[in-house]
Amino acid sequence: MRKMTKALLGATTALTLSTVAPSASQAAELTLCWAAWDPANALVELSKDFTAQSGTDMKFEFVPWPNFADRILNELNAGGKLCDLLIGDSQWLGGSAENGYYVKLNDFFDKEGIKMSDFAQAAVNAYSTWPKGTPNYWALPAMGDANAWFYRKDWFAKPEIQAEFKAATGRDLVPPTTWPELLETAKFFNGKDIDGKKVYGAAIFTERASEGITMGATQALYANGFKYEMTPGKYDMEGAVNSADAIKGLEEYKELYKCCTPPGYTDAYMGETLDAFKSGQAAMAMNWFAFFPGLVKDENVGGDKIGFFNNPKGTTNASTLGGQGISVVANTDNMDGALAYIKWFAQPDVQKKWWSLGGYAVHNAVLNDPSFKDSQPFAADFLVAMNQVQDFWQEPSYAILLQATQKRLHDYVVADQGTAKEALDGLVKDWTEVFEDDGKL
Amino acid sequence: MTDNNTTLLDKAAEKAVRATPVPLVYRVRGLSDRSIAWLFILPTIVLLLAINIFPLIWAVYLSFTNFRANRPNAEIEGVGFSNYQRVLTDPDIWQAMQTTAHFVFWTILLQMLIGFALAYLIDRKFRGHAFWTTVILIPMMLSPAVVGNFWRFLYQPQIGLFNYVYAFFTGVEPSSFQMLGSVTLSPWAIIIVDTWMWTPYVMLICLAGLRSIPDYIYEAAEVDRASAWRQFWSITVPMALPFIMLAVLFRAIENFKMFDMVVLLTGGGPGSTTEVASITLKREAFESWRTGRASAFAIILFVAVFGLANIYVKALNRVKQR
Repeated sequence: MRKMTKALLGATTALTLSTVAPSASQAAELTLCWAAWDPANALVELSKDFTAQSGTDMKFEFVPWPNFADRILNELNAGGKLCDLLIGDSQWLGGSAENGYYVKLNDFFDKEGIKMSDFAQAAVNAYSTWPKGTPNYWALPAMGDANAWFYRKDWFAKPEIQAEFKAATGRDLVPPTTWPELLETAKFFNGKDIDGKKVYGAAIFTERASEGITMGATQALYANGFKYEMTPGKYDMEGAVNSADAIKGLEEYKELYKCCTPPGYTDAYMGETLDAFKSGQAAMAMNWFAFFPGLVKDENVGGDKIGFFNNPKGTTNASTLGGQGISVVANTDNMDGALAYIKWFAQPDVQKKWWSLGGYAVHNAVLNDPSFKDSQPFAADFLVAMNQVQDFWQEPSYAILLQATQKRLHDYVVADQGTAKEALDGLVKDWTEVFEDDGKL
Repeated sequence: MTDNNTTLLDKAAEKAVRATPVPLVYRVRGLSDRSIAWLFILPTIVLLLAINIFPLIWAVYLSFTNFRANRPNAEIEGVGFSNYQRVLTDPDIWQAMQTTAHFVFWTILLQMLIGFALAYLIDRKFRGHAFWTTVILIPMMLSPAVVGNFWRFLYQPQIGLFNYVYAFFTGVEPSSFQMLGSVTLSPWAIIIVDTWMWTPYVMLICLAGLRSIPDYIYEAAEVDRASAWRQFWSITVPMALPFIMLAVLFRAIENFKMFDMVVLLTGGGPGSTTEVASITLKREAFESWRTGRASAFAIILFVAVFGLANIYVKALNRVKQR
C-alpha cells in the first residue's frame, strides 16, 4: 500500500511538473513574426537588449515577402498561437482590428505613458490607427518605409555621358525630379553600353502574385493625383480612381516598363529590382527604403557609386507607403510579455539604436535629431518621403481590393491588354462590387 | 521444404492463438465473418469520411453561404445559388477555364504523340535501350518545384540556355524574346515544360500496352503478308488503345488541377494569360478569402471533372470490350 501511495505521489508530481514546466518556460519566451528581409536581422540584434533586460527569450518567425501575407493571415484566421507579436502590413489593420486579431492598445499606452504624438503623424495614421486617422491604436509604429529610387551616381558623373545627355535633352544629367524627366533619363540610358556592358534604364516593380505591381504603379499614380475617393470615407471612386491625371500616371508607368526595363523583368519585385541594380544592369531602380542601408554597403554598387532620390513629381509630390506597426496578437498566451516588449520598444533610446542598426524608426526623438539628416545618404529623402506617403486601402476587404488591382494593372502594363482608362474603369467596377458586398455602398 | 514451411506456419499460428488474451477470444468468437470484415475496414472508412467526405459535404454547405474564413465574427448567411450564379457569369473565371482547356488539350496531345513514339522506339529493344529508358524517365522523377525553378532559369532571356539554343539555330538575339513574359509565348512555355516532364510517364504506360500485345499476332500478320504500316494500324494501335486512353485520363485529371508548375513559372501571368482554374480558385479562397464563392467554384470544377471522367471511363470500357 505504501509502495502504491509513493508511486501515486511520484506520478502526480511528475504530471504537475510536466504541465507547469512548459508554461513557465512559455512565459519567458516571445515569438515575433515579420517578413524575412534586412530590417528583420537588425531587429534580432536589437531584441538582444530586451532579452538582457527582461530575461525573456525572443523567438522569430520570418516569412519571405511573397508568402508573408498568405502565411500570417492564415495563421490569424485559424486562431493560431504562433505569434505573440506581429509586425504586419498597414493594410491588415482594418481586418485585424475588426476581427479581433489585434489587441487595442489605447489603455495600455495611457497606462504606460506612451504618447502617439512622440511618433511621426503620418506613420501613426498609417501603421497604428483603425478607422484610419482616428485615435484608436492597434499597433505601435515600428518600421517607417516608403518606395523610393536609387541610381548609379558613378554613371551619372561620367563626363562623356553627361555631355551626351546634355546634347540629347538640353539639360544637365541629374536625378530626375519629375516623371517626364524620369522617363527621359531612363530612355537615355536604355541600351547604352557602359563599361563594356549593355545597360537598361530602370528596374521597377511588375510582380503579379502578391502586391508588387500595385506598389510600383501607385508611385506614378499618386504622383499624378490619383485618389481613392472623391470624398474621404464615402467610397465614391468614380472620377477619382479613373481621373484624367490618374490615367496619365498609369500610362507613364507602362511607358517606363515598355521602354526601359531589363529583359525578363515581367514579374519583378524587391529581390529582382535589387538584382538588376547590383548586377550593373540598371541605371535606376525603385525599392523600399528598408533595403537602402544594405545597398550603401554593397561592394560593387554601394558607397560612392550609388545615389538616392525620392519619387519624382507628377502633378503633386507623393510616395507609396511601405512599413509596418508592431501589434500584440490577441491570441497570445503571454500578453504581459508582449506588452512589455512594446513598452521597451517605444523608448527613445531603443528607437535610436533601432535606426542605427538599420531599422527605420519613426520616433520624433530620432527624426528630429539634428544629426539625423546626415546619418545616412538617404536619411534626408526618408524624412521627405514620410511626409508625402499615401497608402492602399486598409479596409477589412483589402485583400480582394488588392487582388483586383494586381490583375487590372498587370493586364494593362505587362500583358498589354486594353487601355489605361479601361484598366482604371475596371478597377472602379471591381472595387464597387467589393464595397457593395461589404454593405458600404 | 514445403512441409517445413507449413510446420513453421502452423507453429506460428498456434503461438498467436495462445498469445491472444482469453477475453478477446470470447469477444471475437461471437462475431460473424462479415462483422470482422467491417471491423477491419472501419478505421479506413472513418478516416475517409473525416478527410474526404466530410470536407466535401462541408464545402457544398459553404457554397450556399456568404462565409469568409477571414471574418470569423461575421454572421454566416445563406445566399442560395448566388455564389454559383456569380461564378458561372464571371468572365475572369471563364477565361481561366479556357486557359485550362488550352493547356490540357495541347499537353495531352503532345505527350501522347511523343510518349507513344518513344514507347514504340524503346519497344524495338535496340542496343542500350535500358539505359535510354532510364534517361528518358529522369524528368518525371523530379519534383515539380525543382522543375519549375529549373526551367525558369532556362527561360531567362539574358542568361537562359533555352534562348541561347534558339538563338544559335535561328540567329536572333537571345534577349529579343521572352518565353515567360510574353502573352503569346508564355502558355507554350508551360506546355513545353509539362510535356518534357510527363511524356516519360505516358511512354511507360504505352510501353506496357505495347509489351502486352502477343508476338503470335504479329507472326500471323507476317504470314498473311501484312505490311508494317498495316500491322501498326490494325494490330498495334487498336491493342494499345486502352492503355493510351488510360494515359489520357490520368494526364487530363492531373493537368486539370495543375498548380505548382504554373505558379513557379509564371504565377499566372503575364496579366492573367496563364492563370489556370486552380490558381483562380486558390486566389479566391486564400487571398481574397471569399470562401463561399470559392467553395461554389470548387464544386463546379469537381462536378465537371467527375462527370467528364465518368463519361470517359465508360468509353474506355467500351474500347476494352471490343
